Amino acid sequence: MLNRQGRPTTPGAAVESAHPTFTGNRALQQEEPLIFEFGRTDVIGVDLDEPAPVADRLGGLKRKDTIGLPGLSEPEAMRHYVRLSQKNYGIDTGLFPLGSCTMKHNPRLNERMARLPGFADIHPLQPASTVQGALALMDELAHWLKELTGMPAVTLSPKAGAHGELAGMAAIKAAIAARGETATRNVVLVPDSAHGTNPATAALIGFTVKAVPAREDGTVDPAEVAKLAGPDTAAIMLTNPNTCGLFERDVVEIARVIHEAGGYFYCDGANFNAIVGKARPGDLGVDAMHINLHKTFSTPHGGGGPGAGPVVLSDRLAAFAPLPYVRLDDGRFSLVEHAAVSDQSPLGRLTAFHGQMGMFVRALAFMLSHGADGLKQASEDAVLNANYVRACLADLMSLPFGNRACMHEVLFDDAWLKGTGVTTLDFAKAMIDEGYHPMTVYFPLVVHGAMLIEPTESESKASLDLFIATLRDLAFAVRDGDTARFTGAPYHAPRRRLDETRAARQPVLRWTAPAPVAEAAE
Amino acid sequence: MRYLPLTDADRREMLARIGVATVDELFTDIPERMRMAAPADLPRAKGEMEVERHLGAMAARNVSASSVPFFIGAGAYKHHVPATVDHLIQRSEFLTSYTPYQPEIAQGTLQYLFEFQTQVAMLTGMEVANASMYDGSTAAAEAVLMAHRVTRRRKAVLSGGIHPHYAEVMTTLSDLAGDEVVRLPPDVTATEDLLAAIDDSVSCVVVQTPDVFGNLRDLRAVADKAHAHGALLVAVFTEAVSLGLVEAPGAMGADIVAGEGQSIGNALSFGGPYVGLFATRQKFVRQMPGRLAGETVDADGRRGFVLTLSTREQHIRRDKATSNICTNSGLCCLAFTIHMSLLGESGLTRLARVNHANAVKLAEALAAVPGVKVLNETFFNEFTLRLPKPAAAVVEAMADHHVLAGVPVPRLLPGAGLDDLLLVASTEVNTDADRAAFVAALTEVL
Repeated sequence: MLNRQGRPTTPGAAVESAHPTFTGNRALQQEEPLIFEFGRTDVIGVDLDEPAPVADRLGGLKRKDTIGLPGLSEPEAMRHYVRLSQKNYGIDTGLFPLGSCTMKHNPRLNERMARLPGFADIHPLQPASTVQGALALMDELAHWLKELTGMPAVTLSPKAGAHGELAGMAAIKAAIAARGETATRNVVLVPDSAHGTNPATAALIGFTVKAVPAREDGTVDPAEVAKLAGPDTAAIMLTNPNTCGLFERDVVEIARVIHEAGGYFYCDGANFNAIVGKARPGDLGVDAMHINLHKTFSTPHGGGGPGAGPVVLSDRLAAFAPLPYVRLDDGRFSLVEHAAVSDQSPLGRLTAFHGQMGMFVRALAFMLSHGADGLKQASEDAVLNANYVRACLADLMSLPFGNRACMHEVLFDDAWLKGTGVTTLDFAKAMIDEGYHPMTVYFPLVVHGAMLIEPTESESKASLDLFIATLRDLAFAVRDGDTARFTGAPYHAPRRRLDETRAARQPVLRWTAPAPVAEAAE
Repeated sequence: MRYLPLTDADRREMLARIGVATVDELFTDIPERMRMAAPADLPRAKGEMEVERHLGAMAARNVSASSVPFFIGAGAYKHHVPATVDHLIQRSEFLTSYTPYQPEIAQGTLQYLFEFQTQVAMLTGMEVANASMYDGSTAAAEAVLMAHRVTRRRKAVLSGGIHPHYAEVMTTLSDLAGDEVVRLPPDVTATEDLLAAIDDSVSCVVVQTPDVFGNLRDLRAVADKAHAHGALLVAVFTEAVSLGLVEAPGAMGADIVAGEGQSIGNALSFGGPYVGLFATRQKFVRQMPGRLAGETVDADGRRGFVLTLSTREQHIRRDKATSNICTNSGLCCLAFTIHMSLLGESGLTRLARVNHANAVKLAEALAAVPGVKVLNETFFNEFTLRLPKPAAAVVEAMADHHVLAGVPVPRLLPGAGLDDLLLVASTEVNTDADRAAFVAALTEVL
């Protein structure tokens, strides 16, 4: 139980320790109340003079009620958020092998560049003459993305991966409409192993989703695609490398089948980090692919965003790219913001303004730092690291598709845990106690109890060796029947396992002022 | 390469452990003729200094808002962001963490999201808010889709005072989804008859206040008529600071509120990343898009936070999800929540009063310039001028005088016959000297 300050009612009672503390804190691990429990509405952490009174122009719409927002002085705010930060695990804390998420090092040079006033302190609607450098940066980023993917066009504005999917699939829808086939061509094929965003995006814009089963080896069989493809096929949405960590080796044949049926090939580029500088999606028959700048090009994940999801497009789709886009005439950049002044057939606008400029700067800084040679090396190292983890764990953990080379992530299932009383989730939670962020668990859905490990190129061999040794020790503990190490884990994190069922059944989604506490009788 | 820890010796040792001779043997699933024979035709690696020079030169070609008297708004606003905010959001544990799927080691993110949701709900006068959307425009478009789900109707009515980019995003998404949108013509002086557009086929009426021309809108009559016809009122805002002084949409009957939070804590950054605010009534929470943080307890009974109600979301529901959205705007909502905590109620309301006072002073000064007319009866910190010349040319000419004067309406609404209109915003950053420079430059170019 907690008191109104968000602290344990019985000091130390909740702390699993032979040495309870009065505060409930454990040295550097500090319990921290909500701002609503210690902030005060009359405290201000930003000094600002009260303006001289003016005759207001609010037309009687002045706010009547108080808002209730607590304020903090600057030192209080600093301490509150620093303490919160200390309850978080980040890439800079340790290895973050979250499969399909590409948690690589975030260079601080990129942060510095994004904060240059010439980028951070410019308004999206300034006259073009005052933002030529910003438009040049967008143009240069576009050039890199096109060269690395071998695609002729790119739209930069999508705000995140799923938003990029929306842009790409909308371009496909527009192209189908231009062919006069809207009524008949409305099925999108999505393999079982796809990210949930793929079917959600297709359904959002009115396509019917048909699942493509994976074959035994975890990849998509072109013969299955051929069975499903036909005059109603709008597109296939294929992740490549796929979410099982495998390159779709029949991708060229799949593209041919889809194109022959008159459909388009949408590639989910979430796993592009495996193949930068090694293969180009444009050569594989891709018509549209989003690129998560926050994965492959290292813009920070920031606890869940912001992302950025530019989409490269084939010649067949380029004309339908959404507004706005950058144009260069006689050495001067401008923005095309309206269909009426476009010489293309834009599908419309998917966001206000021009996209995630702050992420564009960071991604370009990352590309410039690596160069073509460094990006290729990074992909090779990412794939090497994943395969090293595979090779060193294959004797203890089970590989659903056999012990074969993977791309930048390696997928294990829970066959090796069968009958041990330890689940994938338990295993993941025990990794937390060992100081690691768990891998992606229970995704992809095509294997049972999935554990998808993506170490990225940012890990040294020593770091991987310790990680491998830790997982081996845990695996031996499973084998030895030390189930308590897993089923009760984590023991050492800021919180033990949290009750998610309760959170969903009785949702508490905001703080509300507690009812007044009755005074004790005495 | 400074970011890559493996040495060649490491690589050799690891390849041997894997049992292959070269790294290319790990790429054999890629059809051989599809593998790149030569590296991409792009520059080679650069050191920090070279990258700084390259990007620094690009940045230097832009005129930053702080370097000139600055009056541009129209959906993104130049506000002062305390140094504390930028320092804190660069804490590694915030910056380099992922979506809090492992809540035991993500309580920092989850607690600030819970605090953020509460602040947004309070600010908008609503019961619940989500953990943010990409930006205001996509939040507004998602609000329309949500209204369709709630009412099981598929027709939205958009006020002519909505930011044209927002209206275009809503229209594009509705067209793609096969829904209907009725977009009223541009409404410069807030005199449109929204009530006439509401009937039993309408799922929602979308109204922005302050609207794109700066007018404040009383939403109560629209809310009443919408509710009488089983429709929802979606209230949109692009200037979150206005809520410190102006009646909250929730108090005027809004069912869904979608807005842009950039003004609190976030840089202009040429349009992104920003943070979409999204709030609604408790009874609609299961139709809401986006992530939600919720309170619970851990195995020891201690309070903690988790992502919850995820059965609405794409990773569980796939093609039946409420939205395809996956990310939120994590670090931008952290910036919002820190800045809002520093302001508190007293600071936010004072900041709003300073903004309003500065805009009133500017409007009065500009109204005195010959040939210039302020069109607004009401406004918060932004208003519309009618100029005796095309606004785009005036803005260009004033930029030559080192004043960034505002947004010519035809930039947002070309071909609407509004070429002589200029949107002007004034925030706490403007000084008396800035206002004098504006008046002098405008007088000069007219």
